[in-house]
Amino acid sequence: MSVKEKKVKEKFKKISSQTQPKPNLLKNCINAFIIGGLICDVGQFFNNFFLNIGIPKEDLGTYVSIVMVFIGALLTGVGVYDKIATHAGAGTVVPITGFANSIVSPAMEFKKEGYVFGVAAKMFIIAGPVLVYGISSSVVVGIVYFVLLKI
Amino acid sequence: MNKKIGKHTVRLESKPRIIAVTSVVGPKEGEGNLKDYFDIILRDDLNGKESFEKAESDMMYTAVLQSIKKAKLTEEQIDFLLAGDLLNQLTSSSFAARGMNIPFLGLYGACSTMTESLGVAAMIMDGGFANYVVAATSSHFAAAERQFRYPLEFGSQRPATAQWTVTGAGAMVLGKEGNYPYVTNVTIGKVKDYGINDPNNMGAAMAPAAVSTIYQHFNDTKRNPKYYDLIVTGDLGKYGKEITEKLLKEYGYDIRDNYIDCGEEIFDSKTQGTNAGGSGCGCSAVVYSGYIYKNMLSGKFKKVLLVSTGALLSTTSSLQGESIPGIAHAVSIEYGKMED
Repeated sequence: MSVKEKKVKEKFKKISSQTQPKPNLLKNCINAFIIGGLICDVGQFFNNFFLNIGIPKEDLGTYVSIVMVFIGALLTGVGVYDKIATHAGAGTVVPITGFANSIVSPAMEFKKEGYVFGVAAKMFIIAGPVLVYGISSSVVVGIVYFVLLKI
Repeated sequence: MNKKIGKHTVRLESKPRIIAVTSVVGPKEGEGNLKDYFDIILRDDLNGKESFEKAESDMMYTAVLQSIKKAKLTEEQIDFLLAGDLLNQLTSSSFAARGMNIPFLGLYGACSTMTESLGVAAMIMDGGFANYVVAATSSHFAAAERQFRYPLEFGSQRPATAQWTVTGAGAMVLGKEGNYPYVTNVTIGKVKDYGINDPNNMGAAMAPAAVSTIYQHFNDTKRNPKYYDLIVTGDLGKYGKEITEKLLKEYGYDIRDNYIDCGEEIFDSKTQGTNAGGSGCGCSAVVYSGYIYKNMLSGKFKKVLLVSTGALLSTTSSLQGESIPGIAHAVSIEYGKMED
């Protein structure tokens, strides 16, 4: 590399970090809070609904999760979830609807590669890591809980 | 006489003519800033095919065959087809070539493939190895997304520096004679890697390669930016373009007055949500064979320097933490009175 190019390379580091636009954190946080909050409101609505029709309290979580996963999958299937997500960011990733989206979207996408090596094999390419580390950390927490109970 | 001038540039004395071009684009590109210049606009991304990959291959097939037809030639008269795309193992190009009766060379230069294929095609012509050569490239947004990024319906946010792969294919037929825009010089670029490793910031990763090739081109040809009516980079996008302008200034060249980037031009980033701009092999291919070629014929541009830019990464290399090497090749095209 010539001396001149070395100088240009140094300059590049400066220029490239200057031109890199900063993400609008405040706006993104507000959007995520509002849209994520609305999703939680929908969840709470179903929670209250199931409570009113007499579902036992300990089963409520399961019922609400099933409904929310269905809604997430449905919105993904009709091609709406990703459009909401471009505005919501973490607001659509964190709730359980985001989990449904992360499984349904690759399942749809890779259908062309067949049901075995396409849909089934690729279904967990995004959700896989969440499951692996989610389940692993729950085991660790369980052990800690077990030990604490024994002491 | 030696055809090579300076360090990395060749001068093509025979002036290979670009006798016919065709651009095929997807519906989103067909709503963008340059919609009036494209030959064929698809109604939907699948274009009646079963997969996006097949749709892409079909776009290239159409672009090549249409160009040959426009040049009033037959497949048998074409000596070589030089083509490339972004998909693994160049399947769009080779599957398109499968249906043609033309000797085929597949090229990979990521998004720089249009000037790579055009440059090599022009050199084959100038070397006297062919009467007619076709150079073509293609890319498809949905096919590229599923190979390089996330499933289409997955909800994610794109950073401001991210670019939108152009759905499109462009083909150019080169011949020996006639009053058409002609290739005068080709500068083959070197791979440059200044350490960017964010695949969502390809403009910055490719800018050093563009700068190096443009600088080399001016040095070798003893030209300056004013020689050209237009200097066009392939798909640096808004931010990569800015970096390129600033770095070239460090080398003593101010190209600001006559410099555009295909990626920045093709979409309206505000209304079309394409962030930093378009990208992909198809981006520079359709802008050259649409907007630029047509404006050369009409006399608006007489001397143009095309510089397609490519990011030479793979999904494996980015996961393994490698930085992104860039490449750029420059092809100088002129139209008007021949000097000789």
